[in-house]
Amino acid sequence: MTEKRNIAIIGAGIAGQEAASVLAGLGYKVTLLEKQERMGGMLNKWSKLFPDFSSSQQILDTVQVSANKNLSVICNADISSITKENGRFELSDNSSLKVYADLVLLATGYNLFDATLKEEYGYGVFENVITSVDFEKVHKSGKKLTTLLGKEPRRVAIIHCVGSRDAKSGNTYCSKVCCITGVKQAIEVTRMWPDCEVFNFYMDLRLYGSKYDSLYLEAQKHHKVQFIRGRLSEISERQDKGLQLKAEDTLQGRPLRMNADIVILLVGMEACEQNADLCRNNTLDLDENRFFKSKNIHYARNISTQPGIFMAGSCICPMSVNETLESSRSAAFLVDKSFRSVQVEE
Amino acid sequence: MENIISIPFLVGMAYLFIVLIFRCIKWIAGLSKFDKIRLLKSITGRRLFQSIKETFMEALLHRKIFRKNPVLGYMHMSLAFGWFLLIVVGHLETMMAEHSMFVPFHKAVFFRYYESSGDFYLSGFFAFFMDLLLLFVLSGLMFAIVKRFRKKLFGLRRTTRLKSGDKIALTSLWLIFPLRLLAESTSAAVYHNGGFLTSGVGFVIDFIGNPAILYYPLWVAYSLSLGFFFAALPNSRYMHIPTEVVFIFMRNAGIRLKKQNDSYTDVQVFSCSRCGICLDKCQLSVAGIDDSQSVYLLKNIRNKNLSDEKLFNCQMCGRCQIDCPVGIETIELRTVQRIESTRDYNSSYDYLIQEIATKADVVYFAGCMTHLTPRVISSMKKIFATVGEGVWFMDEVKAPCCGRPLMLAGQYEAARKLIENNSRMILDSGAHTLVVSCPICYKVFKEDYKLPDVEVVFHAQYIDALIASGRLMVDAIGLRMVYHDPCELGRGMGMYEAPRRLLGRMGEVVHMKDEKEYAYCCGGSLGNIKITEDERKLLRNQALVAYESYSPDVLVTACPKCKKTFAAGRKMKVLDVVEVVAGAILAEKPQKVENPLAEQDVDALAFAPDMTCNL
Amino acid sequence: MSQFDFLKPKSRQIEFEQFDDRILTFVLERERSFLTCISCGGCTATCSAGNLTSFNIRKIGLSLRRGSINDLSDEIQKCMFCGKCTLVCPRDINIRNVVLLIKKRIAQLESEKTL
Ligand SMILES: Cc1cc2nc3c(=O)[nH]c(=O)nc-3n(C[C@H](O)[C@H](O)[C@H](O)COP(=O)(O)OP(=O)(O)OC[C@H]3O[C@@H](n4cnc5c(N)ncnc54)[C@H](O)[C@@H]3O)c2cc1C
Ligand code: SF4
Ligand code: SF4
Ligand code: SF4
Ligand code: SF4
Ligand code: SF4
Repeated sequence: MTEKRNIAIIGAGIAGQEAASVLAGLGYKVTLLEKQERMGGMLNKWSKLFPDFSSSQQILDTVQVSANKNLSVICNADISSITKENGRFELSDNSSLKVYADLVLLATGYNLFDATLKEEYGYGVFENVITSVDFEKVHKSGKKLTTLLGKEPRRVAIIHCVGSRDAKSGNTYCSKVCCITGVKQAIEVTRMWPDCEVFNFYMDLRLYGSKYDSLYLEAQKHHKVQFIRGRLSEISERQDKGLQLKAEDTLQGRPLRMNADIVILLVGMEACEQNADLCRNNTLDLDENRFFKSKNIHYARNISTQPGIFMAGSCICPMSVNETLESSRSAAFLVDKSFRSVQVEE
Repeated sequence: MENIISIPFLVGMAYLFIVLIFRCIKWIAGLSKFDKIRLLKSITGRRLFQSIKETFMEALLHRKIFRKNPVLGYMHMSLAFGWFLLIVVGHLETMMAEHSMFVPFHKAVFFRYYESSGDFYLSGFFAFFMDLLLLFVLSGLMFAIVKRFRKKLFGLRRTTRLKSGDKIALTSLWLIFPLRLLAESTSAAVYHNGGFLTSGVGFVIDFIGNPAILYYPLWVAYSLSLGFFFAALPNSRYMHIPTEVVFIFMRNAGIRLKKQNDSYTDVQVFSCSRCGICLDKCQLSVAGIDDSQSVYLLKNIRNKNLSDEKLFNCQMCGRCQIDCPVGIETIELRTVQRIESTRDYNSSYDYLIQEIATKADVVYFAGCMTHLTPRVISSMKKIFATVGEGVWFMDEVKAPCCGRPLMLAGQYEAARKLIENNSRMILDSGAHTLVVSCPICYKVFKEDYKLPDVEVVFHAQYIDALIASGRLMVDAIGLRMVYHDPCELGRGMGMYEAPRRLLGRMGEVVHMKDEKEYAYCCGGSLGNIKITEDERKLLRNQALVAYESYSPDVLVTACPKCKKTFAAGRKMKVLDVVEVVAGAILAEKPQKVENPLAEQDVDALAFAPDMTCNL
Repeated sequence: MSQFDFLKPKSRQIEFEQFDDRILTFVLERERSFLTCISCGGCTATCSAGNLTSFNIRKIGLSLRRGSINDLSDEIQKCMFCGKCTLVCPRDINIRNVVLLIKKRIAQLESEKTL
């Protein structure tokens, strides 16, 4: 019996790392490939996680893998092609790297929507317009959120669905985690500045997860966060660099103008642009949102349209941390199962 | 008896003449009083020669088609000009043979039927020359037949569809010249009066069958084909031939399209030769829209079944107008139809109130769309601040729309209300200059606003002048730029150079195949009210793919709508011209004095206070 | 003036049984995208006419979809056709065409004297 036990995992975010440690623990030879200098993916950017304000670093430390006899980690490896030859997969990046594996697990995660594309929201034009990612950076640094001139904000507006559920941005799906991120950040702002008014502008509040609604309740009860149902149409800047927002308060049925000192845009999740490259030379497919397509959305979520390639985490669709880790373990289980069935056949 | 064969021809001809005269009278009667006077003046004055010359160049030689597409041009020219020469030379020949200045029309047409002797002055030359002309026409006919079946050979994607009147006319037209060849050849075989072609073919006919028997039926068939063609002409596409002549005369008389249908619209509509050149220019086909282009618009107007769905499904980009060989004003014509179609529901805008204007030297009107591209506004503000211009930003908080989108939708009367309101505000401000940064606004401010003593300038012009006069200084930032001509600014207002000159001060503007009047539409045009957003994307991508092939650093445009449309394509960085300028402003006095004069003659500069205070 | 609109003694309920679909069907037959509105209000927020009056394009669409065409004739006139709404709509609804169709249909109904 030939030993067929080599697995390549693309992407060392939490999804990739969790799967790697499970599979290496089961005795497979795992190669974990990461395009960045270090592992951890998006979680490196976040400060505190919803819904419990636990630290992102803590999750990173928990899933952190280190190289051992079954696991090798290659960073700075930006994988751009997967081909199948003689029953083996060959992975390569744009330089000379080549990795061979019997099975491949995709854990490439997602990209953040580039908020400058929604020019009417003024990101990159007006200095006091920031994104949720920028806010995490400020929070992580331990500093307080201030206006560009270093002043305490009296009013902050948080804008939902920036680059998601928006045909104009080319993304018609919901990014799922930004509503709850918006609630979390609203609370964080009022914790920094108890006198600051916070308004969340939403189209629909999609707080689907366990404990998310209690966070919503907390935001209203203890932090006086106000929720306005209306999509922001545009932002303009006043002489004093303050911002003016235009939206409709759809529940009142009247247009609304509001001045705010800082605006936070809740940027959505997008599929990685490179996904399309990875689909070349094989039968991998993307779904209508450009994420990797599952063989079946119910019972084969982690199985791609190319036999031998599996998927884990937010490269399938937007996911929170706990969903990502569950998805990742389920992928590891399916990989293991697939090896076993091959052996049984042989 | 021998005259019988010319009867079908004469009947057809007579019918055609009556119809033509009737139509001409109707068209002229349908003109306004002023237009009638204009027309009268032009055919009695010098302009008559201009009109005749143009008729010759366009209706016979088809110069414009020739320039666009030589093969197509040859086809049209050989048929029209060749036939024309056949008639003229044929007449001369008959006059020679008859020794008379006045020969009956049918005598000339059926000359070889009547003339059996073939010995008169220059008869040999005429026989040769007439054959040569016939060959010329037949070669064009061959192209026409090939084109019907193999349009690709002509560089055309599509030709137009036919209706039954067209089919009769087309078939008889195709038959006329081959029948003429055969008829004349049998004559040549019988009487030996042909040139190189007809006697050659006659020889073959003689070899195969009996020319004396075939002779009569062939001439009858020829006459019938002529008769059918002339009779079918008024109800076929070939009506464009006589109509185009009327069109040329009316156009040269200075008659213009009005804001409602009149007989000049009719004349333009019937002048369309259905050549299909406009179809090839139209980008709508990349989105699978194949029934609303100019040629179909004209057809639907003729057939009186123009639906709103087709009328409003057009970008109003003007790409088709540039190349129309007949010079049909496709955009204005469509606008008139839109006006007619929406006449019943123009808005009153009673709610408009006169806001108080701010006194200023310069008024800036950003326009509705620009409020969705704040980078354009902030760049404009930066430039105004840098040069210390006293500006009133008229629509910073609120102002009515400029009115152009309403006009594009045909709502001229409604637009006038907005125009009046805005005009009063601008005049109240006492400004001498109005700066606009949106081509949609620019067009209407220039064309439809009456603003005495106020100069309306487009931002690219304004900034270029600031730099030229030394009030603003920019750095050469070395960008490689592709410049997209917005439809409303380029074809709409003829402004191609100002933005290019301005950009050229900062970097390189790449020359492209499809630029200036041939520039693409971005797909986002407000002119189209029916197209879906997905279809717009297909139009946009066509332009983006072309621009990408020049691998520029940025794609620069001068219209907020184009900018937003292209930016959403996410293929390359998209900027407005003013953003490029704002990124290249030299805040400080430049190290090296750019103006060589300033270096040589410092004293002279001291007398130019305007310049020195900026240095 | 419009601030206390809700105090006016209009009918308190939406009478679904009195659904007047004469305008709605006309619009939907010609502009399918009108179906997909999620009442986000982006259009109303940006609207040039709404900036100057109480005109609310989202509500017009909504009441149309609820089968109510009261006062529509006067309201729809206020649109300036600028196209900003279409440019911000997250559902890619061709709002200008919706406005054009409503205006056209109202003109038709008025000429038939059935409105
Ligand atoms: C603003 C924001 C805030 C969030 N906050 C929370 C929160 O508070 N709580 C919570 O539960 N969730 C949160 N999330 C969701 C969370 O970020 C994701 O669940 C998580 O990052 C998914 O992990 P992942 O490993 O699937 O993807 P990623 O974190 O994106 O990791 C993917 C990794 O793959 C690498 N990679 C990609 N392509 C290649 C390639 N071709 N070759 C090699 N390597 C490649 C990337 O460099 C990256 O390291 C938030 C999301 C957003 C947008
Ligand atoms: S989660 Fe909320 S903010 Fe994010 S896309 Fe969905 S609805 Fe919009
Ligand atoms: S409109 Fe002009 S280009 Fe188009 S078919 Fe007619 S004549 Fe040809
Ligand atoms: S104006 Fe433009 S979109 Fe309209 S028919 Fe002409 S080329 Fe086509
Ligand atoms: S912007 Fe579009 S989806 Fe939102 S309310 Fe207006 S029409 Fe409806
Ligand atoms: S087109 Fe009409 S409804 Fe849309 S934003 Fe302009 S004025 Fe408002």
